[in-house]
This record gives sequence, structure tokens and C-alpha cells, in this order.
Amino acid sequence: MSHHIVEAADLHYAYPDGTVGLRGVSFHISHGESVALVGENGAGKSTLLLHLNGYLSASRGTLRIGDYLLTPKNLNAVRRSVGMVFQNPDDQLFMPTVFDDVAFGPLNLGLEKQEVLRAVTQALETVGVAHLTKRPPYKLSQGEKRSVAIATVLAMSPDILVMDEPTSSLDPRSRRRLIELLKTFQHTKIIATHDLDMALDVCERTVVLHCGQVTADGKTKEILQNEELLRASSLERPLAMQRCPACSTPKKPVV
Amino acid sequence: MNNIGKNSFDIGYLDTLAAGDSSLHHLDPRAKLITTCAFIITVVSFDKYALAVLIPFFIYPVALISIGGLPAEYLLKKAFLVCPFAVLVGIFNPLVDREIIFHIGAIGIPGGWVSFLSILLRFVLTVTAALILVSLTGFNRVCEALLQLGVPKAFVVQLLFFYRYIFVLTDEAERMVRARSLRAFNASAMGLRNFISLAGHLLLRTLDRAERIYRAMCCRGFDGHIRIIRSSKIRCQEVVFASAWLFVFVLLRFFNVSLKIGDVIMGLFQ
Repeated sequence: MSHHIVEAADLHYAYPDGTVGLRGVSFHISHGESVALVGENGAGKSTLLLHLNGYLSASRGTLRIGDYLLTPKNLNAVRRSVGMVFQNPDDQLFMPTVFDDVAFGPLNLGLEKQEVLRAVTQALETVGVAHLTKRPPYKLSQGEKRSVAIATVLAMSPDILVMDEPTSSLDPRSRRRLIELLKTFQHTKIIATHDLDMALDVCERTVVLHCGQVTADGKTKEILQNEELLRASSLERPLAMQRCPACSTPKKPVV
Repeated sequence: MNNIGKNSFDIGYLDTLAAGDSSLHHLDPRAKLITTCAFIITVVSFDKYALAVLIPFFIYPVALISIGGLPAEYLLKKAFLVCPFAVLVGIFNPLVDREIIFHIGAIGIPGGWVSFLSILLRFVLTVTAALILVSLTGFNRVCEALLQLGVPKAFVVQLLFFYRYIFVLTDEAERMVRARSLRAFNASAMGLRNFISLAGHLLLRTLDRAERIYRAMCCRGFDGHIRIIRSSKIRCQEVVFASAWLFVFVLLRFFNVSLKIGDVIMGLFQ
């Protein structure tokens, strides 16, 4: 089981209008790792994520997902193994009902009807929204939409989960529920986020992007205590690592 | 809430109605779709001066509304909302066609007015029938039925996407209009320049969204085909429902029931 890896080597990408998205990004993520991708707005996080499912292709450098080098020929195999959860669930949930949406991926994989039903039920149960099967996605709350969006990806049994701002626009309780859910997943996870508290809870490793380059790559709790690095990347310490607002004593360090 | 939001919410109410539990709700959508199409074709197949013969056709919407437990007032309101289109189609008839075709007492009724009223009547009948179909079935299941009846997939998929995103789009339009009105203190006058800018932005946002949705579809193995699991089947009830109504439509189309009832009533008075 050592093949669910993501390896980027010197990735470069510039948008058609000339905006440079990535300037030589390299990293190696091994099987089962949970990695937070952090950085200021426009640092290149979303651009990098779009490379991971082959939607954008680097102008220079290589990307290896699992056993495959990302090339147009391997695109389907890569998309089969990388499950991508988009920032806005309304972009991800396009089918008339929750069931149809979750079944969309498995049906495209050519699974039999019974297998599709099983995959859909299992995915919806995993994220705790099995009761929403017949509902149209546009009538769900933001938290429910997010859960269903994750289910649509889980139903395809991906090896690697890629998420773009999974906790954005969630109420605290839904956010907490999502964090607990993410902790239970055994997949290799890459999570682009500004929610550093979530990163601290879910990801043991953090990659910091700044102006399209990796400026730090290491243990989350070490990176999130590096004031200088955080300031340079327009970030700040997560709340869990800041002083207590009531008594001003430093919070217990995260061990 | 402004009008855009209110109207889109209203469309969503059709889906709420479709979740009802009457015997009509449980019928296979194909039976209801075929019956509705037959009804619409029959209603529009009369000649342009048909008026009295159309009245008995109200039995179809009235029966379905009462058995299905649908709110008649809401459906009629929705039908009248699109009425201006019908008025536009027929408004010039009274001017063009002035030939007197029958008299009520001493007053001669020109053909133009009769055909105009006929257009309005047909419009109310057909639009109400379509609204009833969606209220008893749900838009998505109507689309499934279209697919099962052999309508090209590309067309049905377009319809499904249109329905799915009409809410997202109206929501976006509503937010833009709200943002404008909060900063435009003379809220009633939008002005052509503002309108063009808003519409342009909405179009650009829509294109962006289309791109993102396509991306999400590709990520889940989209290859140009939308696959949906269906489990509906035609049972005895569906056959009875469709054939009974088809029989009624044929009867009303080829026998002038209004005339016969009129004769009977006149006979009673004589």
C-alpha cells in the first residue's frame, strides 16, 4: 500500500493572461499522509490543486500521482484515484437529487446498478447524510451540501482526497463535525485551507506556498509556531496557539 | 425579499408539491407526460374560432387539481404570470379580422375577438396542464420520462441543468441587484447602463461557474454521457389513467359536448 503517493517535481505554470501561478513547486507526499496546503490568497494553492487532477497541466516539471505520471494518456486513471472536493459545493453538486449526484461518479466508472447503490448508501452514511438521498441539492444547508460533496467523491473510492477550503462558510458545529470526519479517513489527504486550527487538528504536515513557491514544508505544529514564516505568508498563529483572551496566559503548547 | 428571489422560490414550490402523496403523484411519470401531451395537442388542434368546444376540456385540470390536492389558486396565478405572451400573440386579431361570425342578441361578434379569446382559453388550458404535470411529478422525473420516451439525451440534460442552476443563477442575480440597490439610493431607476453592466457581469459569472461545474464533472469521470438510475415501471394504473383520459380527449375532440348539453338543457325548457 505504498503507492498512494503524490510527487511534484519543479512544477511551473502560467495562466494564459501571463499571471504566474506556480514557480518550481516540488514536494513528495507519501501514502496515508495528511498534508495542509497553506498560503495567502493568490499564493497558488488552487492552481496547484487543479494540477493534481490534471485539469491544468504544468508548463514545466512533472507530477506523479500513485503509479502514474500525469500525462493526457493517464488522465482517467489519475482522476479515478484523486477525489477532489471543490470549495463551492454548488459547483460540485450538479445533478437533480443527492442520490443522482453521488451516483454520478460510480456510474461513470461503469459499476453495476447494485454496486452503485451500495457505494452511494455507504458514502452517504459515512458522512452522516443518508436521510437526504431524495432531496434536491439546492435545498440543502451549506453544511449538508459540503457533506454531500464529500460523499460524491467517497463513492468513487479514491486513494487520495484533495480538498479546497473544506471548512469555509460552515458554522462552528458543522466545521467541528467535518474535522472529526476527516480525522477518520485513512486516505492520503491534501487540504488547501486558511483555517489553520483545522490544519493543526487534521494534518500532521504542512506545506506553505508563497508567490507560487514552496517556502516551508514540515511538521504542522512547528510551522505554525514560526512567527516569521507566518507573517511573510500573510498568515497568523491558529487560535489554539494564541494567548488566552481572558487571562492572557499562553495556551498550553500543542504537543 | 425582492422579486427575483420570490419568483425563484415559487418555482421551487412546484417541487414541494411534487413530493405529495396522492394516487396521481405515485403514477409513473411517463403516463402523466403522455396524457398531458395528448391534452395539449387536442386543445391546440381545434380551428381558430373554437370557443365553446374548449370549455369541457377544463374537466382535465379540475379533476387533476382536486384528486392531486393541488392549490388551484397558486397554479392559476402562475399561469396568468405568463399570460402577457398569449395576449401579445392574439392582440392584433380583433383589428385584422373584423368579420362578424355570430350574434349574441343584437350584438355582432367579430371573428377577431373570438379567435383572441380562443387563444387565451387554449393558453390557460395548456399552461395549467403543464404546471399540473410538474406539480404532480417534479421537473426531474418529467425529464427522466422524456429520456425514457426517447427524447434525445442532449436535450434532456440541458433541461436538467437549466432547472438545477436556475436557482443558483437567480440567487446570484438577486445578490447583485441587492448590492446595487443598497448603494443606489434611487432604487427604482436602474438605468440602461447599470442594467447592461449587471447583465454582463451575470453572464461572466455564469461562464465561470459553467467552467467550474465542468471541471467537477470531469473529476468524476464525465465522458459526455449523463447516466441516471431509474426504477419506474408501467403498471395497470398507468394504462388505465392514460387510456381513460385519451378516450375523454377523443370524445371531446370529435363530439361537440357543449352543443349536446345545450340541446338537452334547451329541450328541458321547451
